[in-house]
Amino acid sequence: MEKQDFKAVMEVKDLFFTYPGVSEPTLKKNNLTIYKNKITALIGPSGCGKSTLLRAMNRIHDLYPGCEYKGKIDFLNPQSGKMENLLELRKENELIGLRQRVGMIFQRPTPFPMSIYDNVAYGLKLSGLKNKSELDGRVEKALKDAAIWKEAKDRLKDSALGLSGGQQQRLCIARSVALKPEVLLFDEPTSALDPISTSAIEELITELKKDITVVIVTHNMQQASRLSDYTTFMYLGDIIEFNKTEKIFVNPSVKLTEEYITGRFG
Amino acid sequence: MGANLFRNLSFFSATLSFFLLVGIFAVLFTYAQQSMQEFGFDFLLTEEWEADEDDEGGIFGGYIPIIGTLLSTLIAMTIATPLAMGIAIFLTEIAHDKIVKPFSIAIELLAAIPSIIYGMWGLFYFAPIVQLTIGGNGVGLLTAGIVLAIMVIPYMAAITRDSMNTTPDVLKESAYAMGATKFEVIKDVVMPYSKGGIIGSIILSLGRALGETMAVAFLIGSIMSIPKSITDPTTSIPVLLANNFAEAQDLEISSMYYLALILFVVSFAIISVAKFYFLGRNK
Amino acid sequence: MNRLVLNKVVLVLSTLSAFIGIGFLFWILITLAYKGMAGLSFSLFTKDLVEGGIRNLLVGQFTMALMATAIAVPLGVMAGIYLREYGEESKMTSVIRNLSDVMTSAPSIVIGVFVFALLVEPFGTFNGWAGVVALAIMMVPIIIGTTDNMLALVPKELREAGIALGGSKKQVILQIVLKAAKVGVTTGILLSFARIIGETAPLLFTSANNQFFSMDLTDQFPSLTVSIYNLATYPDEASRQLAWSAAFVLTAIVLFINLVGRYVTRHKQ
Repeated sequence: MEKQDFKAVMEVKDLFFTYPGVSEPTLKKNNLTIYKNKITALIGPSGCGKSTLLRAMNRIHDLYPGCEYKGKIDFLNPQSGKMENLLELRKENELIGLRQRVGMIFQRPTPFPMSIYDNVAYGLKLSGLKNKSELDGRVEKALKDAAIWKEAKDRLKDSALGLSGGQQQRLCIARSVALKPEVLLFDEPTSALDPISTSAIEELITELKKDITVVIVTHNMQQASRLSDYTTFMYLGDIIEFNKTEKIFVNPSVKLTEEYITGRFG
Repeated sequence: MGANLFRNLSFFSATLSFFLLVGIFAVLFTYAQQSMQEFGFDFLLTEEWEADEDDEGGIFGGYIPIIGTLLSTLIAMTIATPLAMGIAIFLTEIAHDKIVKPFSIAIELLAAIPSIIYGMWGLFYFAPIVQLTIGGNGVGLLTAGIVLAIMVIPYMAAITRDSMNTTPDVLKESAYAMGATKFEVIKDVVMPYSKGGIIGSIILSLGRALGETMAVAFLIGSIMSIPKSITDPTTSIPVLLANNFAEAQDLEISSMYYLALILFVVSFAIISVAKFYFLGRNK
Repeated sequence: MNRLVLNKVVLVLSTLSAFIGIGFLFWILITLAYKGMAGLSFSLFTKDLVEGGIRNLLVGQFTMALMATAIAVPLGVMAGIYLREYGEESKMTSVIRNLSDVMTSAPSIVIGVFVFALLVEPFGTFNGWAGVVALAIMMVPIIIGTTDNMLALVPKELREAGIALGGSKKQVILQIVLKAAKVGVTTGILLSFARIIGETAPLLFTSANNQFFSMDLTDQFPSLTVSIYNLATYPDEASRQLAWSAAFVLTAIVLFINLVGRYVTRHKQ
């Protein structure tokens, strides 16, 4: 691996993860570093554990009791500059705090059954922001950042369910961006969208990395190579190879990675 | 049996519900005529229910049973709604998978117990408790309302649970991913998403409570008087019918048909609103 | 911190309400078992009401419920078939479907009143047939609903495959679709039977009651539920004891049928 010239935001160390009622761990001894203001792609065939790894990073697994973690996921505390293991968080308010710092975008757009404005303001209100004008400002900023302000500005009070799929997905990004997260996790964010919406989202993600660190799970090899700075190839719960994206796609060091990328399996 | 005959027979069966509905309305309306012509709409506001000495006529007003029906239902709904919501929330959002199944079965069994059992249990075991803790004679509006609530809770909880369960997991996850607490996810995502189903279940339970006979018959006191306090005995439309219909004659029985008609029409309206407007079963 | 407290409060209250619900179930069942079993004896099932047993009542209640089922099942299943297989999603189909759905929640006492006007008053006597008809009226819409829903679960491809093999619509419905939905339809029938066997209100002034053993449906007919209502309100201890025993037997039957229905559904899927 090449010399690292960037700052690490998250470090996954010897992570094992087991779903409830399953004897075998789904993630086996994963090690991975997420660099600040970079896009890291997780690729691999279905069932390789890439979504499972992603969902460990904001502890969304914990909604379903019985999940077991072993190992560490260190997460940079921007105030102290120290790394803190996010797997040690136990209390509900700590998890809530983590999820406000690590946002998540899902495979299908998930607008809440409320207006466009309320969708974006939702997380802000949860975090205690009440001032109307400040809310308005943050909502506008988030919608602009997510490149949906133009389409949405005249229908802020309309239901978010009336937007197209691509617009809904950008709205969900705006909703997360509004909270100014440090890391944003994307779980196959374009797999349910048409090509035009997909390229709009990809453009948006590239824009976002100026302020936010991005981790993206994708099935689409072109998307990984177009978007990401780093790529992680996973197979059967193991991290097979992690490196700069060019390196992975041009000259992978593991045979399995090469076979997957060239489409020989997966 | 020819293909056409089979089709026609099934068509005939399908229209049966319609003819039943129309038939019930027509029969009640016809038999209520005598009373309707005598009392008109004043019937609704007349408190007396007195046969003349010769049993040929009298004054019959529906005010007391109507009020009794409305009040006992109101008490039942006030108690049942929050509890049923709590149970539905527990089953969909809180309970561990292993607990959900036995709890769900228990709640559904509670719904399957015949209403006469509720009434009898209420009379011997619940009424004395009400009498001891709140006062009154034991039987009365409050006892009837509470037992009626216990009866509709499982029904309401089951429908509410089903509609809450339709909320996609990913939608809930995305609210959690923004730092929402469980209660906030329920309030801001699950409830709005399943709003129609929840309101529908409440209205449907209201319809059930209005027409419930046996549970109330044991407990409301069956007295033709206006309740002055919440523990006072009174009567309701189904209870009056259950106890006095078979012995009544002439104008009195016609007045009872009138009450049955009122109950039928109101229930029909309420249930229709719940089913078509909120629950939309047009699959 | 406030939101977290509120969260906890709501979660605790919800959990509490679930336990209150379960608590009532156990309270009722334990009371029933305790009071009901005290009077349970062999002679309870061999003697008629007039001698302090419930034999005639059980036979009467089952006779009426089974007759009602015999009337309601063909009508309900046929109607369900029409709605799902022939109705073609027309306006009329949807109206009929909705009306029968509303009928499932019609107040049972009103059905009793209706049948009284139709089958009791003209003949001048309470009779078993009137009770049978009242129960059947309650049952038909429930069976229509479950049949309709169960048929809807049968994949369209199955029907198309049947037609493609040269079957007529009627053959496909009876030999393929209905077979595929068999378990669901049967469970629906079972559960609706459990519902009507415990009904009291529609029987009060249709079949009324009979202290003696009778299989004559043209006369007053013995009913378990109506007897429970009468006995429970008598002042003497023996009558009340009999009411509790009868109530226990009734509940055991109803819950047993429900559990069987549930078991069957679960083990099919």
